[in-house]
Amino acid sequence: MKIPLFPEQASTFAPDVDHLYFYLVAVSVFFTILIFASIFFLAIKYRKRAGNDGVPKAVHTGIALEIVWSVIPFGLSMVMFGWGAEIFFRESRPPQNALSIYVVAKQWMWKLEHMEGQREINELHIPVGRPIRLTMTSEDVIHSFYVPAFRTKQDVVPGRYSTTWFTPTQTGKYHLFCAEYCGTKHSGMTGWVYVLSPEDYQDWLSGGKKTGTLAERGEKLFNDLACSNCHKPDNSGRCPTLVNVFGSNVKLVGGTTAKADEAYIRESILRPDAKVVFGYQPLMPTFQGQVTEEDVLELVEYVKSLTPKPLAPAPAADNKAQASNR
Amino acid sequence: MTTPVAQEQENYLTNSYGLKSWLLTKDHKRIALLYMATITLFFFIGGAFATLIRVELLTPQGDLVSSDIYNRLFTMHGIMMIFFFLIPSIPATLGNFLIPMMIGARDLAFPRINLLSWYLLVVGGLFALFAMLAGGVDTGWTFYTPYSTTYSNSWVIATALGIFVAGFSSILTGLNFIVTIHRMRAPGLTWFRLPLFVWAHYATSVIQVLGTPVLAVTILLVFSERVFHIGIFDPALGGDPVLFQHLFWFYSHPAVYIMILPAMGVISELISTFSRKPIFGYHFVAGSSMAIAVFGFLVWGHHLFVSTQSVYAGLVFSFLSYAVAIPSAIKVFNWTATLYKGSISFETPMLYAFGFIGLFTIGGLTGLFVASLGIDVHVTDTYFVVAHFHYIMVGGAIMAFLGGLHFWWPKITGRMYPEGWAKLSAGIVFLGFNGTFFPQFILGYLGMPRRYHVYPAEFQVLHVMSTLGASVLAVGYVMPMVYLVWSWKYGPLAGPNPYQATGLEWKTASPPPLHNFDHLPVVTHEAYDYSALTEEVTSVG
Amino acid sequence: MWVFLITEVMFFGGMFLAYIVYRAAYPDIFALASSSLNVYIGAANTAVLLCSSFTMVLGVRAAQLGQKKALAINIVLTLLLGFVFLGVKAFEWREKFIEHHVPGPSFHFEGVAMQGPAQLFFSLYFAMTGLHALHMVIGAGIMTWLLINAIRGRYSADYMTPVDIGGLYWHFVDIIWIFLFPLFYLIDRHLK
Repeated sequence: MKIPLFPEQASTFAPDVDHLYFYLVAVSVFFTILIFASIFFLAIKYRKRAGNDGVPKAVHTGIALEIVWSVIPFGLSMVMFGWGAEIFFRESRPPQNALSIYVVAKQWMWKLEHMEGQREINELHIPVGRPIRLTMTSEDVIHSFYVPAFRTKQDVVPGRYSTTWFTPTQTGKYHLFCAEYCGTKHSGMTGWVYVLSPEDYQDWLSGGKKTGTLAERGEKLFNDLACSNCHKPDNSGRCPTLVNVFGSNVKLVGGTTAKADEAYIRESILRPDAKVVFGYQPLMPTFQGQVTEEDVLELVEYVKSLTPKPLAPAPAADNKAQASNR
Repeated sequence: MTTPVAQEQENYLTNSYGLKSWLLTKDHKRIALLYMATITLFFFIGGAFATLIRVELLTPQGDLVSSDIYNRLFTMHGIMMIFFFLIPSIPATLGNFLIPMMIGARDLAFPRINLLSWYLLVVGGLFALFAMLAGGVDTGWTFYTPYSTTYSNSWVIATALGIFVAGFSSILTGLNFIVTIHRMRAPGLTWFRLPLFVWAHYATSVIQVLGTPVLAVTILLVFSERVFHIGIFDPALGGDPVLFQHLFWFYSHPAVYIMILPAMGVISELISTFSRKPIFGYHFVAGSSMAIAVFGFLVWGHHLFVSTQSVYAGLVFSFLSYAVAIPSAIKVFNWTATLYKGSISFETPMLYAFGFIGLFTIGGLTGLFVASLGIDVHVTDTYFVVAHFHYIMVGGAIMAFLGGLHFWWPKITGRMYPEGWAKLSAGIVFLGFNGTFFPQFILGYLGMPRRYHVYPAEFQVLHVMSTLGASVLAVGYVMPMVYLVWSWKYGPLAGPNPYQATGLEWKTASPPPLHNFDHLPVVTHEAYDYSALTEEVTSVG
Repeated sequence: MWVFLITEVMFFGGMFLAYIVYRAAYPDIFALASSSLNVYIGAANTAVLLCSSFTMVLGVRAAQLGQKKALAINIVLTLLLGFVFLGVKAFEWREKFIEHHVPGPSFHFEGVAMQGPAQLFFSLYFAMTGLHALHMVIGAGIMTWLLINAIRGRYSADYMTPVDIGGLYWHFVDIIWIFLFPLFYLIDRHLK
């Protein structure tokens, strides 16, 4: 009966994490054997002999020995620290050309939204070989998006966006787990990540009901909720225009600036008083309670679409990943 | 001084009788026994929950209990074991009993506050038990918000109040120990002549006194949020759910050092006695206890690596977490080195000490895994972490507690336990423990998350292995209950110093008289001076 | 007592931390909410507590010199000033209740779009001044016990430790207020 010791390695991070793990296992096995063997041999060699009631002479330590066996473990652990930190740093910086997908978690399901408009529940279809960036929020309590095969995990917190990213390296079907206890059906909040070849992914995208891209749905909401009455493209309304805002540094009342990222847009919709743009009055009403988190994501995508992106070069990684497809 | 003292001599157990003499006692030794009974009860309640959990996990489906009940089981297992068993355990039983004797005093600095501490634990425990009987709480022992403040429909407030009250028990015990150790040492007993058990408890008390109030205020805020909806942790009202995690772990990380430092103190005493040598590197072991206490307050953020805490905070906390591991490593090396050129015997307490060193080493090394940011992203909130902390808490702290219990049993009761049965249970505990928790490391790296009632079928084999181990472990825990109680009545009488140990507690009768010593000792030797034992030195009073 | 006071610092510290976090997040709303508190009453209360610490010090001194009558009088004065503080606090709270500034279903704060942060300010206000008031009540209990013993002549120049320790506790509760006052009442105030 074969018991696997590792999940499949299905992302670029997986081999890195596993190699660090091997190093740690090796160091641990070494020190465990060292201590176990030392105790075993010392206890036997220096066991109390029959008839010997004498008191052994005290053996004194020296500061040199104490330093040596402090410094060596410290050095080994600094390797663990640095290596782990490097991986963590990379995990926190999604590349610019990553494919964006949105995740809304709620008790007890995962809702995933593709830019092109596809909606999934508890399943995520993604192409192999491309970096995928997930922007996530929760509607209720803290959840956590965990794909063991990718070795990635990120808490999904209500009231804010959190991000995680990965580049899948082999096609297949991988567990998705919620990894932060969230109530009764926490252990039922699981799903599957399907990594497809680029062709299969395109096929998948074009199937299904056409609901419009996220940005298109966002534009419709923008008009339905009357945002367009104030936020006019030519800056003639009582509120600042939203063209070219996303990604810029916005000057605020009070002199500070804020980066107009997804979190900024979301906050502006739900808590407009928090950051008022310089030169404007705090007139915007809050939309908390009138829009769901998915609505907010659509509006964010719409605002993003008002900032034209420079044409991104086709990812070279595609060719390499295709070659390694199994 | 090796002939057994006749049982007719009055001791702390026989000087007065009746319920009132126990419930209103100011004698630290009797209070230690009151605690012993109380925490044993809480241990078995927590253990009952653990049994149900492991039985449920034999199969991937949820067939023994519903998800709702399962969630309450693991929550209450954690709460009982951490707040009502482990945190009091060694300090309130062995610490209370031994510290005054080890420093040559007649009692703690504040005997009435000591009794109050016990009552507070009992009251807190009653709140928690009430909550359990009324339906239980299902938030996990970590009470993360906003689930615990807004969404959970369980007895959060009653349980939280129970923990709040028990926290004051912990604070007062710590306060008592600090003042006692500072002010009541016998003449000649300088700081660096203290047994390492005392050093360990001093460091523990500092943590208890500084850290527990933060838990208290955190609980108060959770209570306020749940009752008054003040919005401090609720994002819908502008609150921050991660703030709770910072406040909670600021106490709960040092709390794990409250649970392990006293255990390390016990191990120092056991290794020294059964090698008949002073602990190698005494000053470094004492200093490492203090270092752990200080550094322990600086690492709480390693519980928040994937919580949306900033990357830079993660880097700092990861680095500091490695720093805090080093003093523990120093202890393990020094204990092992103590065996060198010693005269080693293998009585039960020593077997538990060996077990501790082995299991604590594994538990501590796996701490290095979770301190590494890259690995922790994968293994946090999985069974890897569950295995890691059980290796330290159960493989470490509980083994040390059992070892210490056996070691000082003759002092406490005047009787010896049956050595054969005791050795057997030590072996059973060691085997059962590894069988239970080692498979969980593998489960965790494979991706099995924590707190899961149902799980994918591919994890079943490892879960079955774990439950088998747990059954063996349970036997190992029940056996001492039986033979220790038996030995209290039927065990052979023990003399004042059956193990030829150093330490002032061994210079008085077993069981000790009410006021500990007939004449207060004056200390003229270093700690662990075994050659002084063989001289006939009479203490000067 | 010193060790106990350190635990109290940690206890209040958690709430101060929460205050700091949310004030940094919502500076304008906190300033607005703070200005709805009556700074003159707050200042008067501060003066009252400072005076009570002064009378406490005089009481400790009297105990050190064995002046039993002066000790009792100073404890009485400290106790009275403490009650004045609590009475003024009760008045302030009642005002807040009338103005609908007490967090709960009837909370309403004018002048802001989102009630959340304003409610948070007042929640912290009531939680922290409430906790402080609870400590004051306990302090009043300690003072009463000291007074009874002082009248019975239990303290002398050789044995006045309880007075000393009671004084420490009283000063500590005073110092907590010294921090609470500016943090809640004086945000964004300028001397005119």
